[in-house]
Amino acid sequence: MGEIAYWLPLVWAALIGIAIVMYVLLDGFDLGIGLLFLSGASEEERDHMMNAIAPYWDGNETWLVLGGAGLLVAFPLAYGTILPALYIPIVVMLLALVFRGVAFEFRFVSKPHHHWWDRAFALGSTVATFAQGVVLGGFMQGITIQNREFAGGTFDWLTPFSLLCGAGLMAGYILLGSAWLMMKTDADLARRSQRHAEWALYATLFFVATVSLWTPLMSDHIAERWFRGEHIVWLWPVPFLTAVTALITYHGARKGSGLQTFLGGMVLFLLCFLGLGISVFPYLVFPSITLWQAAAVPESQIFSLIGALLFLPLVLGYTAFVYWTFRGKVTEGEGYH
Amino acid sequence: MDFGLDALLLARIQFAFTVTFHIIFPAFTIGLASYIATLEAIWYFRGDDRCHRLARFWTKIFAVSFAMGVVSGLPMSYQFGTNWSRFSVATGNVIGPLLGYEVMTAFFLEATFLGIMLFGWNRVPKGLHFFASCMVAFGTLLSAFWILSANSWMQYPTGHEVRDGIVVPVDWLAVIFNPTFPHRFAHMVTAAYITTAIVVLSVGARYWLQNRYADESRVMVRMALAMILVLAPLQAFIGDQHGLKTAQYQPAKLAAMEAHWDGAKPASLVLFALPNARTESNDYEIAVPKLGSLIITHDWNGLFPGLKDFKPEDRPPLYMPFFGFRLMVAIGLWFIALAAFGGFLWWRGRLFQNRTFMRAAKFSWPLGFVAVIAGWITTEVGRQPWIATGLVRTSEGVSPVASGAVGTSLILFFFVYLIVFSAGIVYINRLIHKGPVLQAPEGLEEGTPARPISAATETGRGPALEGK
Repeated sequence: MGEIAYWLPLVWAALIGIAIVMYVLLDGFDLGIGLLFLSGASEEERDHMMNAIAPYWDGNETWLVLGGAGLLVAFPLAYGTILPALYIPIVVMLLALVFRGVAFEFRFVSKPHHHWWDRAFALGSTVATFAQGVVLGGFMQGITIQNREFAGGTFDWLTPFSLLCGAGLMAGYILLGSAWLMMKTDADLARRSQRHAEWALYATLFFVATVSLWTPLMSDHIAERWFRGEHIVWLWPVPFLTAVTALITYHGARKGSGLQTFLGGMVLFLLCFLGLGISVFPYLVFPSITLWQAAAVPESQIFSLIGALLFLPLVLGYTAFVYWTFRGKVTEGEGYH
Repeated sequence: MDFGLDALLLARIQFAFTVTFHIIFPAFTIGLASYIATLEAIWYFRGDDRCHRLARFWTKIFAVSFAMGVVSGLPMSYQFGTNWSRFSVATGNVIGPLLGYEVMTAFFLEATFLGIMLFGWNRVPKGLHFFASCMVAFGTLLSAFWILSANSWMQYPTGHEVRDGIVVPVDWLAVIFNPTFPHRFAHMVTAAYITTAIVVLSVGARYWLQNRYADESRVMVRMALAMILVLAPLQAFIGDQHGLKTAQYQPAKLAAMEAHWDGAKPASLVLFALPNARTESNDYEIAVPKLGSLIITHDWNGLFPGLKDFKPEDRPPLYMPFFGFRLMVAIGLWFIALAAFGGFLWWRGRLFQNRTFMRAAKFSWPLGFVAVIAGWITTEVGRQPWIATGLVRTSEGVSPVASGAVGTSLILFFFVYLIVFSAGIVYINRLIHKGPVLQAPEGLEEGTPARPISAATETGRGPALEGK
C-alpha cells in the first residue's frame, strides 16, 4: 500500500494538471474571443466570431468542471482549503461565466435587440478571465492554513501580484483567441486578428517575465527551486524553450499563419504551466499542504482512476471528432438559429 | 459587511436558491433531449417531415434551456468547496468520485455532442446527427444517474466506514446503489419526462387554440398525451414505492412529511394541518383515520413513525416537507386527471374538438416544474438536520468563511439568476410564439430537405383548409 499511496497522488496531480491545461487552452481561446468581441467591426463580424466558437465552448468549459471535480476526487483537503481561500474570485468567475454562457444562445434569439448580450458576452469573458488569473495568483502567493483548514482573511488574495496575474491571463487568452480567429476567419477580421495576436504576444511575454522574476522574490521555496541545488540544470531549459517558442510564435503572427501562432501560443501556455508546477511542487496548497497530505484514500483514487483511464481517451476522441467536423473557415450564415 | 446572519444560514439559502433554480433545467432538458431524439428517429426511419420540423423547433428551445442549465450547474460544482468545505473534506472520498464519474461519463458526452446537435445539421449526414442527439439524451440520463446516486448516499449512506473523522468507501457498489437510490432515480427521471411532456402538450394545445401549425400541433398533442397517459399513473406507483422506502430508511422525514407526532398504529392520513413544533401537535388538523397506515405500510393497521420518536434536534423542519409533499401530490393527481380526460376524448375520437381539454392543457405547462421543485424541497428539507444522514450535520459541514462573503455572493447570485431567468423565459416564449418554421436564409440549408416558410406550415385548421 505504501508504494501505491506514494504514486497515486502523483498520477492524479498529473491528471488534474492535464485537465487544467486542457481547460486553459480550449476555453482560453473562446474566452479570448469574448475579450476581443467588442472590437468586431460589424454585426456580421461579431456573428462570425461567435460562430467560430459556438460549437465548442460548452465542451471546452467542461474541463473546468473536471478540474474542480478532480480536485475533490483526489485531494479533498486541497479542494476544501483552496476554494474557501479564493472564495470571492471564484464566485465572481462563476457569475461571469453564467452571463457569458447564456449570451451564446440569448444573443441570437434576441436579435435585433441583442446589443446588451454582446456586452454581456464581452464583459463576462473579461471578468471571468481576470478572475481566473487572480485565482492562479492567489494560489501561487500562498494560502494561510491552520488545523487543516483555511484560516486567512476574506481578501487575502487581493494583492498587486494576483492582479498582475489576472492581467497576464487576459493577454494570454487574447493571444489564443486572436490566433484562433486568424485560422477560422478571413478578410478584414483575420488581418485585424493578426495585429491583435502580435500585441497580445508582447503583452503576454511581458507578464510572463514579470511573474517569473516576482515569484522567486516572493517565496524562498521558489527561489531555492530555480536557483540553487544541482537539479537546476534540468530546469533551465524551460525558460530557454519559452524564449524559442516566443520567437516562433512571433514569426507566425508576422507572416499571418494562424496555425503557427495558435500552436506557439499553446506551447507558451504549456511551458508556463510546467514552470508553475516546478515552482510549487510538491505542494498542492502552497506552501503548507503537500500532494500526499491532501490526498484522498487510495480506495477512492483507484476507483476514480479506473474511470479516468476508461473514459478520458473516449472524451478526447469525440472532442477531436467534433473539432474535425467543424474544421475550416466559418462559412457565411453558419449556425442553426 | 455584516448581515446579522451567520455564514451557515446564508450558505444554506445560497445552496437552496441555486439548486432550486438549477433543477428546473435538468427537469426539462432530460425529457426534451429524449423527445428530440425520438422525433429524429421517426424522421430518420419514416421520413416524416413534420417530425423534422418539430425536432429543429424543439432543438432551439433545448439550446436555450441547456445553456441555462449548464451555467447554473457550474456554480453548484464549486459550491461544495466554497461554502461546504468541511463537508467536502469529511466526505470527499465518497462524494468526489461520484461527481467525477458524472463529469467523465455524462458532462463531456452532452456538452461535446451538443455542438453537433445544434450546429451539425449541414455538416454531418442525418444518421450521424441522429446519433449525436441520442448521445446528448443518453448523457442527460447518465448525469441524473450519478447525481441521484450521490444525493441518495447523502440521504442514507451505505458502503462506507469512518476513519479519524473522515468517511472512507469500503464497497463502491453499496455506495452507488444505496437502498434509496433506485426509487429516487426512477422518480426523478419519470418526473422529468412528465414535465417535458406537459410542456409539449401545452405548446401543441396553444397552437391548436390559435389555429396555427395544425400538423405539428396534432403530432405534439398526441405524442405528449400518450406519454402522460403511461407515465402519470406510473409515477403515482413509483412515488408510492418511494414512500415505502422512506418509511423504512428515513422515518423522521416521513413523519415530517405527514405531520405525525406520535408513532401510531393505525395512523390517520393528515390532509391539512399547521404543524406546531412548540406544542408538538398539529393545529387545524383534518385527517382520515387509518388511511395513513394503509398508504405507507399497505396495511390498515401498520405502524407509522412519529416525530416524537426522535430527539428535537434530530427532527427536520416541518412546514416545507409537509406542504411541499402535498403540493407535489396534488399536481400529480391533476396530471392523472388531465391524462384521463384527454385519453377519453382521444378514444372517442373527439380530442381535437374539445376546447376545454386544450385550455386545461395549455395552462398546465408550469405545473411539472412546480411539482419537481416541491418534491426536491420535500426530500432535501426532510433530510435536515443532516447533510449526510448520521455522518455530518449541516451545521458541521459549512466552510470557515466570513458571512459577508457568503451574503454578498448570495445577493449577486440572486440578481444574476433573476436577469438570466427572466430573459430566458422571454426568449423561450418568443421561440414558441414563432413556432416550428424552418427559416432558410439563402444557401444555408443545403444537404437537408430545405422547407421554405410555406403556406403548408402556417395552415390553420379552419374548415376550408382542413386536410390540405
